[in-house]
Amino acid sequence: MSELIRKNASELVDLLSSGEVSSVEVTQAHIDRTAAVDSAVHSYLHVSPESALATAAEIDRKRAAGEKLHPLAGLPIAVKDNLTTTDAPTTAGSKILEGWIPQYDATVVRKIREAGMPILGKTNLDEFAMGSSTEFSAYGPSKNPWDLTRIPGGSGGGSSSAVASFQAPIAFGSDTGGSIRFPAAVTGTVGIKPTYGAVSRYGLIALASSLDQVGPVSRNVLDAALLQDLIGGHDPHDSTSLPESLGSMVEAAKRQDVKGLRVGVIKELNGEGFQAGVKARFNESLRLLEAAGAEIVEVSCPSFEYAIAAYYLILPAEASSNLAKFDSVRFGLRKAPDGNPTIERVMAATREAGFGPEVKRRIILGTYALSSGYYDAYYGSAQKVRTLIQRDFAAAFAKADVLASPTAPTTAFKLGEKLEDPLAMYLNDIATIPANLAGIPGISIPNGLADEDGLPVGIQLLAPAREDSRLYQVGAALETMHEEQWGKRMIDFAPELEVR
Amino acid sequence: MAKDELMNYEKALEQFEVVIGLEVHVELNTKTKMFCGCRNEFGDEPNTNVCPICIALPGSLPAVNRRAVESSISIGLALGCEIAPTGRFARKNYFYPDLAKNFQTSQYDEPIAYEGQLEVEVPSGKTFTVLIERAHMEEDAGKLTHVGGNTGRIQGAEYSLVDYNRAGVPLVEIVTKPVYGAGAEAPELAAAYVRSIREIVKALGVSDARMERGNVRCDANVSLRLHGAEKLGTRTETKNVNSLRSIERAVRYEIQRQAAILAKGGTITQETRHWHEDKGATSSGRPKSDADDYRYFPEPDLVPVQPSKELIESLRAALPEQPSVRRKRLQGEWGFSDLEFRDVVNADLLDQIVETVAAGAKPQSARKWWTGELARIANAEEKDAAELAITPAEVAELATLVESGKINDRLAREVLGYVLAGEGSPSSVVAARGLEVVSDDSALLAAIDEALAKQPDVLEKIREGKVQAAGAVIGAVMQAMKGSADAGRVRELILERAAQ
Ligand SMILES: [Zn+2]
Repeated sequence: MSELIRKNASELVDLLSSGEVSSVEVTQAHIDRTAAVDSAVHSYLHVSPESALATAAEIDRKRAAGEKLHPLAGLPIAVKDNLTTTDAPTTAGSKILEGWIPQYDATVVRKIREAGMPILGKTNLDEFAMGSSTEFSAYGPSKNPWDLTRIPGGSGGGSSSAVASFQAPIAFGSDTGGSIRFPAAVTGTVGIKPTYGAVSRYGLIALASSLDQVGPVSRNVLDAALLQDLIGGHDPHDSTSLPESLGSMVEAAKRQDVKGLRVGVIKELNGEGFQAGVKARFNESLRLLEAAGAEIVEVSCPSFEYAIAAYYLILPAEASSNLAKFDSVRFGLRKAPDGNPTIERVMAATREAGFGPEVKRRIILGTYALSSGYYDAYYGSAQKVRTLIQRDFAAAFAKADVLASPTAPTTAFKLGEKLEDPLAMYLNDIATIPANLAGIPGISIPNGLADEDGLPVGIQLLAPAREDSRLYQVGAALETMHEEQWGKRMIDFAPELEVR
Repeated sequence: MAKDELMNYEKALEQFEVVIGLEVHVELNTKTKMFCGCRNEFGDEPNTNVCPICIALPGSLPAVNRRAVESSISIGLALGCEIAPTGRFARKNYFYPDLAKNFQTSQYDEPIAYEGQLEVEVPSGKTFTVLIERAHMEEDAGKLTHVGGNTGRIQGAEYSLVDYNRAGVPLVEIVTKPVYGAGAEAPELAAAYVRSIREIVKALGVSDARMERGNVRCDANVSLRLHGAEKLGTRTETKNVNSLRSIERAVRYEIQRQAAILAKGGTITQETRHWHEDKGATSSGRPKSDADDYRYFPEPDLVPVQPSKELIESLRAALPEQPSVRRKRLQGEWGFSDLEFRDVVNADLLDQIVETVAAGAKPQSARKWWTGELARIANAEEKDAAELAITPAEVAELATLVESGKINDRLAREVLGYVLAGEGSPSSVVAARGLEVVSDDSALLAAIDEALAKQPDVLEKIREGKVQAAGAVIGAVMQAMKGSADAGRVRELILERAAQ
C-alpha cells in the first residue's frame, strides 16, 4: 500500500505543489485503499474513481503547463452524502432518495471543484444525519477502523471512518448536534463545526436549518484549517451565511500559542456519566495546556442540563418541516399505495416506505411539538432554553477565551448496543449539542486512548461565535504537545486493517 | 350543487347588521420570484421558470428578493401603515402538491406593514374608512390542472398536472380589520375597496393588477349579527371572486344566504366557500375551523427582513398621489361633472380613460365610448369593460376617426364590432371593409336630388325658414347610402341647394 495515504493533507499539498507527486498518484492511492478496506469499513455509499482521476489528471496537466493553481488543487476529498453533487447520487443515507442525482452542486462542492480537488466519493451517514452511529443509514452502518465491531460515530461516521482508515486525506462533514465532532472523537480524527453561518449550507440536505453547519474532517488541525479557508465566506444563496470573513484559519493553526490563554473548563461537562478514561485524558490535556502557559479556570453553564431536551424539540420541529418536501411529486422514490392512488395515499405510501424508523420518530415528535396548543410548551420553551444557553456561553466567555470539555462521555460503543434505546443514543451528544444551540464553533481533536478499552478519546474546544481561529490556534498547539508526548500521531496507534 | 335559500336583500338588512372583512392578494410584478432568481412571468410554457429553489430540491435554500421587499413596503406606506423595523418569515406547513416544499413561506406574526387605513368611496358618493390590519409578504403556489373526472378538483380527477412557474411568485396579502356600518352598501364597499387597492398598486407600479390573470385576488369574509348584538356572527370566507363584479355579487349572495339560515334559527358553518360566477352562487368548500393547524414557526433559513429607516423614507418620498387625490386631479383635468366622473369610477373605467386620453382621444369622447357603447357590450357579455378585446389606444383611434369625420357614429359601432371580433385595429377594419363615410359630394348630391324629387316641397319649406324640413330628406339620403354618409355634410348640401 502506498505510503502516500498515511500523510496528512497539508503534507500532500506540499508534495503536490512542489511536483514531487502527482494528483493522479495521490488519488489512485486512495482509490486502491478503498478497494482494499472499504468492504470491511463501509465508509462510502458511492465511489467516483473515474471522475476523481479525471479531475486529478486535469490538475496534473495544468500544473505541468505552469498554470496558477489553488493550494489545495489535486488533493482528493470525500464528501458526506447529504451534500448535493451533480455527478454522483446523493441519498442522505435514505431510501427515499435512492439514485437521485441532483441538478446542482452544493456551494462547498462547487468550491472544491473550482479549487481542483478530486472527489473520491460520497460517505455514509445516519439517514438525514439523524443519529450518532451511522446505524440509521438505510444502506447499513460504517465501522470504526479502530475496532470493526464498534460504531464510527454519527451521523458523519462515513467521513470519520474514511479519514481514520486512510481512504481519504480529508472529508466534509455536517454537524447539527455533534455529527462532525463525535465521530472525530471516537475515530481519533479532527472534526470542526464552524460558527453557524461561517460556511454556506446551500446544497446541504437540511436536517435542522438553525443548527446545521458544514465543516472539515481531517487527521490534523492544519489540514482542517486549509479546508475551512477554502469553503468559508458569504454565499448569496444562503442568507444565514455570515457577511464577513473570519480571517485565515491556516495562520491561526500555525500560530500555536497558548501563553496567557484562559481555558474554561465547563463544570457540567466533566462529571457524572463520563467514562473514567475519558476524564483522565481530559485532565491530562488540561495539565499540558497549563504547562504551556495557559490558565485553567472553571466555568459553569447551568442551563446545559436542558440542552438535550431543547435540542430534541427544535431539531425534530425543523426537520419535520424540512422533510415535508419528500412527497414523491418531483424527485426520489414514488411508491404506489394499495388501492386507489390518490395524492395523499401516494405521499403516505412513499414516506412510509422511504423513511426509516429514526426519521419517522423525529417527524412525529416535531409535528407534535409544533402543533397548536403545544407550540408554546414545547417549541417555545425550547427556544427559551436556547437563549439561556447562549447566556451561559456569554458568561463563560467573559471568564475564558476558549472552553474545554471531553467531546463525548464515552469511547465508541458496540454496533447495536444503543440501537433500541434512543434516549441513551441521544445522551452521547450532551457535550456537543450546546454549541449548535448557541451557533458557536467547536473542534474535537484526538486526546489519547482510554485506559479501560484502548479506544480513542476526543477533547472539545469551544470559542465564541466568529472566533473559529482560536480553535485552530489552541487545537494545533495541543496537537503538537500531544504528538511530542506520544512520539507520533494518535492515528498511528490504530491497528492495521486487514487488506483484501 | 344544492340550491340555497335566500332572503330578500332589503329584509335581510332590516334584521341583520353586515360585517365584512377582506383579504386581498396582490401579485407583485418583480422581474424575479420571491426567493429565487427565476423569471416572474405570466403565460410561459409550464415548468420553464423553475430552479432547485422553487421546486424545493433537497438542499436548496431561499434568499429574499430585495425588490419584493421594497414593493411590499411601498404598498404598506400607501395604505398608511406602520413599517416593521424587523420582520421574520414563518413557515405555514401543509401538504398540497402545488406547494413544492409542502410549506408556504409567509410572514405570520411579524408582518412588514400593519395598522393602516384607506378611504373608500362607494357609488352613492358616501366614503367609508376601511382599517387595514396588516400587509405581509408571502409566496404564491404553483398551478394545478385537474384532468379527467367531473369535479374539477383534485378529488375525483384522473390525474393532475402541476406548473411551478407561479410557485414562489411574490405576493402581498392585505388584510382589513372587520368593516362595520356599511349596511346595504357592504357589497359595493367590498368592490370599491378592491378597486382602490388595484389603483394603488398600479399607480405604485408594483403589480400589473390584472384581476383576470389573478394579479389581484380577493377573499371576502361575511358575517351577520342581529342589530345591536355585540358578538360577531360566524363568518364564511368566499374565495375565487376574481372580478369586482363578482365581489359585489358574492357578498350580496352571502348576506342573503346567511340571513335565510339565521332567520330560521339555523347556524352558519365557519367554512371556505367558492363563488361561481356562472351560477351567481357560492358553494360550500372546506370546513374551516380551529382544527386547521399549519404548525407555523419562524423560517430558520431566512434572516429577518430589516429595512433601514433611509430605505423606508426614500420609498415614502417616491409614493404616487393617493387615489382620492388623483381622482380630484383627473376630474379637474378632464372637466367631467361630478355625476359623469362618479359613473366612470363606479364602472371601474378610470384607468381605461386615462390611457385612452393618453393615446390622443378627447376626455369626453373617451368617457362616452367607455361608459356608453363599450359598457353596454360588456354588460351584455357579463364582464368588465376592461376585459373587452380592445385596447385603450384602439378606442382612441376609433374616437379620432369619428371626430375627423372619416366615419360616423353608426359606422363606428360597426367598426367596433369588427375590432372586438379580432379583425384588427379600427383603421385597418375601415380600410379592409371599405367602411369610410362617403365624402364624395357628387355621390351625395345625386342621392339628395333623387330624394328631393320625391319630396318636391321641401326646398320651398326651407326657404320659408322651416329648416327642420331637411330632416326627412337627410333620412332618405342616409337610407339610400346605407348609412355610409356623413349626415352633417348631407344637411349642408341640402341647405346649399335650397339657397340656390
Ligand atoms: Zn426558482
